[in-house]
Amino acid sequence: MKISRVLLYPALIFFLIFFLLPVYVVLVTSLKPLGDISLETMWSLPKAFDFVNYSLAWEKLGPSVINSFQLVIPASVIAAFLGSMNGFVLAKWKFPGADIVFPVILFGMFIPYQSILIPLVTTMRELGIYGGIPGLILVHVIYGLPIMTLIFRNYYASVPTELIEAARVDGAGMLGTYFRVVLPISIPAFIVAIIWEFTSIWNDFLFAVVLTGPSSWPVTVALNNIAGSQIVQWNVQMAGALIASLPTVLVYIILGRYFLRGLMSGALKG
Amino acid sequence: MKRAKDWMPGLLLTAPSLIALAVFVYGFIGWNFRISLTDWKALSPDFNFIGLKNYRDLLIDERFKIDIKNSLVFTIVFMIACLLLGLLLAILLDQKMKFEGLFRSVYLLPMAISFIVTGVVWRWLMNPATDDRISGLNLLFTKVGLDGLVNQWHLTPNWGMAGIALPAVWQMAGYTMALFLAGIRSIPEELREAARVDGASEFRIYRHVILPQLRPIALSAVVILGHISLKVFDLIIAIAGKQLALDVPAIYMWQTSFDAYNFGKGATLATYILFSVAIVIIPYLIFTMRQERRS
Repeated sequence: MKISRVLLYPALIFFLIFFLLPVYVVLVTSLKPLGDISLETMWSLPKAFDFVNYSLAWEKLGPSVINSFQLVIPASVIAAFLGSMNGFVLAKWKFPGADIVFPVILFGMFIPYQSILIPLVTTMRELGIYGGIPGLILVHVIYGLPIMTLIFRNYYASVPTELIEAARVDGAGMLGTYFRVVLPISIPAFIVAIIWEFTSIWNDFLFAVVLTGPSSWPVTVALNNIAGSQIVQWNVQMAGALIASLPTVLVYIILGRYFLRGLMSGALKG
Repeated sequence: MKRAKDWMPGLLLTAPSLIALAVFVYGFIGWNFRISLTDWKALSPDFNFIGLKNYRDLLIDERFKIDIKNSLVFTIVFMIACLLLGLLLAILLDQKMKFEGLFRSVYLLPMAISFIVTGVVWRWLMNPATDDRISGLNLLFTKVGLDGLVNQWHLTPNWGMAGIALPAVWQMAGYTMALFLAGIRSIPEELREAARVDGASEFRIYRHVILPQLRPIALSAVVILGHISLKVFDLIIAIAGKQLALDVPAIYMWQTSFDAYNFGKGATLATYILFSVAIVIIPYLIFTMRQERRS
């Protein structure tokens, strides 16, 4: 006996509509011509498709989309690489106290970033990297280290220790073992880690809004600014929302399986 | 006992990360606490130590009282709704049906989107205007004959934070579902079979076999959702901007520090937020690590 199909499918479809309702509104609103924004028809399909909202939104968001890419790609690759080395050491080349150091590292991924924000801004001003993308890359790499280390440590924990031992017996040092034995089998973990980091840095707002200026705004900050202003029409705002979420949504659609694995490790479950 | 020659390279390789985290996480937390003991109120670092005065002031601060209440309302509504909806969706998806992958992917889709995008879109959906300016979900309700559901959303007096929780649930329910679904799937089929052979109804199997097994997952979900809701910030900014009725400690801290440059008070608020998250997270970390060592 299972839940009756007569109830099951309507329930599943009801929730499908609940989750897709905002997506529907974004699409129909952003495709309507600018004149066609009467509130009365906001739920109806557009009579004609018009991409003018997208070009208007791109005028406002384009530079910040490019900023976001310049931020996200180096930050996620560097963070993943460092996380991989840390994860390898904490799983397979432990130093005394490594098992105590690990939760101490992990705490860093749960802290509310407000609690380090004032010292962070002060330090970055002192170092002369406040207000630009390179500084923001550094910040995301550092605060991304705990989750990156976690993902790789969990992954390497399942690698047979014999593999590491065999390399050691062959006279390989730690770096030799890492580069010749461990790194080549790490590709799935790198995909999971980079997708996670890509998504969370792309979607970050707090660091971005505090640490960048108008010329280096990532897309979340730029989108929030046009949303806050009264002069930008809803059609353009919705087009902007779609532009701002397209890269991470595409990654999700294409590589959803790996995305899910990252989500799971975020809850500390291996 | 291993020799230093063996483990030293490992320590050296991780040293840059460990030092960076020691400084940027623990060093900065300590530094922030030190700032919270001062009356620093300008861009230039010019301040005196005033002990715990900022903390005492916060206890009688009217805006902070509103923030605590808002934060609690949001946390309670958000967590209960996410847990119930997440569990329900997981049970529905556990029924072995066609298009399971499609349903699951759609339910989880909001996790790929930023709180800012979610906020911008829901701000449009939760338009509180009425009568001839009616729009968004309220308009949809009147069109399908559910006029009774028309409401003020996040501008409802006293319960605005519950309105803010709705888009947050939309965003995180799929994640909660994924956690529960992974838990349900890890329960051996024999356990259910045995219950079925004993003549237990499907409802009783969920109630007495599956739900008890999901307790550790539910704990993870509570901790993860709880610490997210205590930090909620960008979602509110994107939906409502900065308005007192929807204020939370994270926004208060931000405005105090970076709009008003009252760093002493901002650091005090930051310490409070950290404390509220730490009492949830630290026991969880210790618990998880112990469990890992046992297995």
